[in-house]
Amino acid sequence: MEIFGVPTQALFGQLLIGLVNGSFYALLSLGLAVISGLLNIINFTHGAQYMMGAFVSFLLLNKLGIGYWWSLLVVPLLVGATGMVIERTMLSRLYKLDHLYGLLLTFGLALIIQGLFRNEFGSSGQPYRIPPELAGGQNLGFMFLPNYRAWVIVASFFVCLATWYVIERTKLGAYLRAAIENPQLVQAFGINVPRMITLTYGSGVGLAALAGVMAAPIYQVSPQMGADLIIVVFAVVVIGGMGSILGAILTGFGLGVMEGLTKVFYPEASNRRVDRRRRRPGT
Amino acid sequence: MSLRHTLALAGAIGLAAGSAQAQLTNNEIKIGILSDMSSLYTDLAGAGSVLAARMAVEDFGAAAKGLKVEFVSADHQNKADVGSNIARQWYDRDGVDVIVDVPNSAVALAVNTVTREKNKVFLVSGAASSALTGAQCSPNTIHWTYDTWVLANGTGNAIVKTGGDSWFFLTADYAFGHQLEADTEAVVVKNGGKVLGKVRHPLNNQDFSSFLLQAQASKAKIIGLANAGGDTINSIKQASEFGIVKGGQNLAGLLVFLTDIKALGLPTAQGLIFTETYYWDANDASRAFAKRFSEQAPRNNYPTMIHAGVYSSVLHYLKAVEAAGTDDGTKVIAKMKELPTDDPLFGKGTIRADGRKIHSAMLVEVKKPSESKGPRDLHKIRAVIPADQAFRPIDQGDCPLVAKK
Repeated sequence: MEIFGVPTQALFGQLLIGLVNGSFYALLSLGLAVISGLLNIINFTHGAQYMMGAFVSFLLLNKLGIGYWWSLLVVPLLVGATGMVIERTMLSRLYKLDHLYGLLLTFGLALIIQGLFRNEFGSSGQPYRIPPELAGGQNLGFMFLPNYRAWVIVASFFVCLATWYVIERTKLGAYLRAAIENPQLVQAFGINVPRMITLTYGSGVGLAALAGVMAAPIYQVSPQMGADLIIVVFAVVVIGGMGSILGAILTGFGLGVMEGLTKVFYPEASNRRVDRRRRRPGT
Repeated sequence: MSLRHTLALAGAIGLAAGSAQAQLTNNEIKIGILSDMSSLYTDLAGAGSVLAARMAVEDFGAAAKGLKVEFVSADHQNKADVGSNIARQWYDRDGVDVIVDVPNSAVALAVNTVTREKNKVFLVSGAASSALTGAQCSPNTIHWTYDTWVLANGTGNAIVKTGGDSWFFLTADYAFGHQLEADTEAVVVKNGGKVLGKVRHPLNNQDFSSFLLQAQASKAKIIGLANAGGDTINSIKQASEFGIVKGGQNLAGLLVFLTDIKALGLPTAQGLIFTETYYWDANDASRAFAKRFSEQAPRNNYPTMIHAGVYSSVLHYLKAVEAAGTDDGTKVIAKMKELPTDDPLFGKGTIRADGRKIHSAMLVEVKKPSESKGPRDLHKIRAVIPADQAFRPIDQGDCPLVAKK
């Protein structure tokens, strides 16, 4: 059976692959949507923080022998902490200024971080093995689905759901949203707003790092792994409606699927989904 | 002293200074290393190429011979327009005499044109496209280390002859990938094999799963990777994840470098067959070079064949400048073609009229983890392809510099 000249078998395979890629987009956009929606910071360091997540888990494994499962927990905390330092020492000074300054600062930081990692580890990247529990794969008839990729879909789905729940349905999320709406008033109720903002930025960064840990076994852990992704993820956040958590999640998955389909019908265009003037490598 | 006298004196001094040395512009040789300094080809060329050029100048003994050599280097960002702008600026404003390296065929083809227009010298080590000595050959360019034809011929032949007769190509979508795919397809078809399909992916791609899935569905025995650097690394890594090799299909890495294998690790890369023209552990001279190189290289990397080619080409260039007594582009190139080449890395060789440097090539296989004695012990040499068979015969390239018979 064929649809538009493409065997259905290939089509289903690509849809599933699209879903896997979509989970990464969703996970990354989620962190970005939290930061841009709630804090009004345009966080261009997000791609670099995703890369840091992958590198920190690589270093934990090779220097300290800490494996994948612990990395999922530890790395977001570590990288999130560096994010909080950045927020406290630099970003917090820019809130009164135009958004552009935050954008320039975070973009500069991203270049510096990528440069430092390239200098230290080279551009070819480092290998990270798939954890033995998730090695191998399932033959679904129409395709071979590696277990690890299936895990990525499931894990990403639950992380997205949890984040959405915390922000939209809990008291903490309500405080947070109120603090963004009217910081003075919320502060008057005795809530430490600056600390809350720092923690929110930290968790947004932590989400990027978590995506990095999940990406490490699939992609080569290399300094420029986040540089290209950031443009896609920004597009996702904008399409999803700046700051809408649910919008970012849905768009992320949707974009992954769309990209998968493009790769079947017109592969050359697969990296030109959203923006015609996308960065080429090295810029 | 009147202004006229001053000017006359200044002119005389200028003339005297000019004649003291051979006819070199600015009394020096300025080497421009144009490479990928920040993206997917950085490790296999990049800063290592700058180092290799410096080592060649050192070994030539330029300082002792009174020859002043300067270096500049720049990042072409894998963009042809950026590369040709830098080349123009170097030639016009900065007095650069020779550009070396230039990984990325699209950039190299652009620099090839600029160099010819400005009558300078272009020594290609990093780029692969065989068009540089074919339809686009130039009296100002020498293609040194390898090209797509060598890779296609070496790897393609070996694989088709051992039963890999149906192919699917995963091709980087720019000048290099297209040429490598075309050259390999010709070899496959010539040997009685067939090409079942191909898919073009964007340069510097991260996720290859959809492409690999298409390759898997094609049921081709061999999946030919017509890409390089980070793209090859990610395709091999993800092919292993999708159980491609376990499913009975094999990968043919058409352009693979030492740094790629190091980055992948032997458990993933073992058994991969490919062609290269320099391997550090081939003989005493290559080992000595690799040791010296790695002592100064970033992260103590060992040299790739591109680094070896930069060293060898710069060394021969300086010999030719010395012999010709000039740095005029076409004259130096003519001298380079006239002199036989001889260096510790590629041995004795020649340069053909179409600008093709001729030496032997090697078919290598990536070792099993159990066979490797150290972190750099990665390849074993399966066969040596003699110099007279390694490269495309001169009459098949359609180079306008070569008289048709």
